[in-house]
Amino acid sequence: MPMRWLRRVLPVAVLAPLLTSCSLQGVQSMFSPAGSIAQEQLDLFMWTWYLSIPVMVGVFGAMFYVLVRYRRRKGDPEPEQSHGKPAVEVILTIVPVLIIVMVAIPTVRSIFRTQSHVVATSDDIQVNVIGHQWWWQFEYPDLGITTANELHIPVGKRVILHLNSADVVHAFWVPRLAGKVDLIPNQNNQLWFDTNEDSIGIYYGQCAELCLGAHAYMRFRVVVSAQDDFDTWAADFQKPTIQTASSDPLVTQGRQLVANKGCIGCHNIGNYAEGVTYGQPQFPDLTNFGLRHTVGAGVLDATPENVAKWIADPQSVKPGNRMPTLWAANDPNRDQEAAAIAAYLLSLGVADTNQALAHASTGGY
Amino acid sequence: MATTQTAVSTRGKLFVRPTWTRGIGSWLTTVDHKRLGILYIVSAFLFMGAAAIEAFIMRLQLLTPNMNVVNPDQFNQLFTMHGVTMVFLAIMPLGIGLANYFVPLQIGARDLAFPRLNAFGYWVYAFGGLMIYSSWFLGGAPDMGWVAYAPLTSLSHNPGLGVDFYMFGLFISGIGTTGTAMNLIVTIVSMRAPGMTMMRVPVFAWMMLITSFMIIFAFPPLTIAFLEVILDRTFGTLFFVQEAGALPILWQHLFWIFGHPEVYIIILPAFGVISEIIPTFSRKPLFGYPIMILSGILIAFMGFAVWTHHMFTTGLGPVVNTAFSLTSFIIGIPTGVKIFNWLGTLWGGSIRFTTPLLYALAFLVTFTLGGITGIMVAMPTFDAQVHDTYFVVAHFHYVMGGGALMAFFGALYYWFPKMTGKMMSERLGKIAWVFTVVGFHLLFFPQHLAGMLGMPRRIQTYPEGIGLELVNMLSTIGSWVMGVGLILILAGVIHAFLRGKPAGKDPWDARTLEWTTSSPPAYYDFAVQPVVNSLDPLWVEKHPGAMGGVTAPDPESGKAYDAHGIHIPGQSWFPFVAALALTVGCYGLMYDNIVFAIICGLAFIFCIFGWAYEGVGGTHLHLDLAEEGK
Repeated sequence: MPMRWLRRVLPVAVLAPLLTSCSLQGVQSMFSPAGSIAQEQLDLFMWTWYLSIPVMVGVFGAMFYVLVRYRRRKGDPEPEQSHGKPAVEVILTIVPVLIIVMVAIPTVRSIFRTQSHVVATSDDIQVNVIGHQWWWQFEYPDLGITTANELHIPVGKRVILHLNSADVVHAFWVPRLAGKVDLIPNQNNQLWFDTNEDSIGIYYGQCAELCLGAHAYMRFRVVVSAQDDFDTWAADFQKPTIQTASSDPLVTQGRQLVANKGCIGCHNIGNYAEGVTYGQPQFPDLTNFGLRHTVGAGVLDATPENVAKWIADPQSVKPGNRMPTLWAANDPNRDQEAAAIAAYLLSLGVADTNQALAHASTGGY
Repeated sequence: MATTQTAVSTRGKLFVRPTWTRGIGSWLTTVDHKRLGILYIVSAFLFMGAAAIEAFIMRLQLLTPNMNVVNPDQFNQLFTMHGVTMVFLAIMPLGIGLANYFVPLQIGARDLAFPRLNAFGYWVYAFGGLMIYSSWFLGGAPDMGWVAYAPLTSLSHNPGLGVDFYMFGLFISGIGTTGTAMNLIVTIVSMRAPGMTMMRVPVFAWMMLITSFMIIFAFPPLTIAFLEVILDRTFGTLFFVQEAGALPILWQHLFWIFGHPEVYIIILPAFGVISEIIPTFSRKPLFGYPIMILSGILIAFMGFAVWTHHMFTTGLGPVVNTAFSLTSFIIGIPTGVKIFNWLGTLWGGSIRFTTPLLYALAFLVTFTLGGITGIMVAMPTFDAQVHDTYFVVAHFHYVMGGGALMAFFGALYYWFPKMTGKMMSERLGKIAWVFTVVGFHLLFFPQHLAGMLGMPRRIQTYPEGIGLELVNMLSTIGSWVMGVGLILILAGVIHAFLRGKPAGKDPWDARTLEWTTSSPPAYYDFAVQPVVNSLDPLWVEKHPGAMGGVTAPDPESGKAYDAHGIHIPGQSWFPFVAALALTVGCYGLMYDNIVFAIICGLAFIFCIFGWAYEGVGGTHLHLDLAEEGK
């Protein structure tokens, strides 16, 4: 009987953790760290997880033993009315103290390694991250670049983010790279992380602090690329290609619509005309939009169909967001015009290696 | 000598003091701790039912990616109301309700020290809760999460009335909670039975004493924070208006210096309940009684020194994070000691597997797991990943749902016979237990993984393909299983009322004074004032000499204390009317009708004076013990 039971249970007991450990990997999973900070956060968790196994075995084992051994049986004598045994109580107090000490030492070491304020050197990449309901603004003060919803960084460099918010509290969270720090209005917070040579790829991030409305759709991507690719990307942003005419009539039509429909009343498009800044800073900058991987702050992949869908009816894609609907629902021109604007936006920016790399690496897990 | 009553005072200055013993008027004007306890418990379970429905809708919305059961705004309202209800209107009042009923009985008192204050406390809690719930019908419930982080509460970000309902409702119910806490302290300190020294007070009453002190220290910062937001929204001050340069982080400090003690305000009564159930059903005294009391005090004290572990990601820096991480770890020590001591109580006992004990065991398991994840989230390095994710959601549901709530379900089964005189069905109870416990773990265990796989809290949907489908589906299925368990518990209550067997005085062969009264206890609680000379006085009475050779005092010895008769306090309208005036006045402030608010405020002040000058009233009761069948 016990053997049969063992044969049935053992494979499950061995396989279950294996199976789960496979499925724990993911694009937004802390179990797939790609930088030293995320690795340290995972290591600390694993240490306490291993430490908790004997605790659970001890407590639940003792409980199981007691319940079986001391269950009431017929003719039980009256139990001894013991109020406790000081020696046992002292030991039972020391045990949790020891466990706590074993957790506390690595914890304190890791706090100072991962959360100490760092002073930027010229070798670091610094980015001002400003949270808006419900999108992300990324400014590179050293490079003079402003973009939205996609943070580009070169591999291997230390990245220092200066976090602030334009409205309510948000939280910047990239599980595979850095954990999270809140973006709080009227307060400057810092988050830093680094990457290693294997980190090239695309990482998913998301706002983790309730900011009402479209909070669930306040997502973003971090693109870690080789230094050369990053430099190409940055150069492209510092001097965006001005695109006034195109061989594609759809793109030409889209460019006109961007003005006629009022897009540039809110959004800056650096490619629109030389030396003019359009829009207002509280709306996402669309310069070199064609280099983006997503539309709507990480909600949809930036395919022509998805971008057109987003422009035509943003509320259906991301309920609660602040983008106005530009066409009446029954407007016969809506789909054609949205597709034209999408075509124009996606034509912005010089296609480079980032794009290819990005699409290849999201399929990963 | 027949049983007689002599009135202390019949005069009523304004209202004639009511003397109904049945009917709705008797409940509105009651000052009896048992009736108020029942009102608390029933109200808390009703609010809990509402919170459970809100939870089921949320779990349905999260069953698969991109569901459209509710829209984001409705989802925000659902989780806000679920949290507010469970914390302020269900679990905490459940502890207070049980304390109302059982603390006086356990310490051999015949009521709380201030019966009318007690009634006022209940009515402001009930009206405050109803006021918050009225928001569903008056333009939308609060939607900024139960923690109500600034600046989500400022007019520019949240112009609707939901925030006002939250602030005013909790503000007035907080007044009641504070009053009741003071009442419990005075009662436990000064109204114990002759011979009941502090180290003979039952652990549940001890934990309520500690809880009450925590309430008194924890609620003022919260009340101030509420007041600041109310002033911001109603009178245009700038405490949390970020456009004017305010620092929204200050709200978080004020909220969590209340909020973390609140966790222990919820869990300490649960510890007390467990410390009553386990000794009874293992037929042994509590292992390490003094250590259990001391660890309760330590937890309460340290509970005030850990609040920023809710704020590890707000950029406070490594030194602050280290300090609050270590203080949080330290709480793990007395908590661990408590778990070991409960096991020590079971060890060597003669364990009877009744439904209350099964809930106590479920509590031990879930609370241990919740404690382990508690240590994990107290590590700022790891918390930087899981803060504001489903890992935290799982953690606090293991502590507050699987911990406090399981304990209170145990308390329901344990004390139901005393409160109603009827036994609940053991078979139905055990079936309900299986569904509740299995459903609970199926519901909340996968949420640990959801958080680590990248699912933040408070999102109404999640995208496909990032690995969150399975955990969410398991979780939702778990909610259905647990829902069946909750319905079966309700069925058990109804069944007991219809066909429950009579309970008798002491159905569980228990150890404390509440089991010496009839079930349910008469309105005067104890026919003769109990006199105590040890811990577990009932056990000593039943087993003379079993506990260190102590023999119970002569049961007649209490008669001398009743020579003047038993004072039964008079019923009163003032607590009810005062609470009503306060609540209605808040609607006046919310709807900018200042004149109406002032009238209600004056009515409230008038009621307080009326209450003060009305006098204690009531009667002195001279029981004919033979006639009462004692």
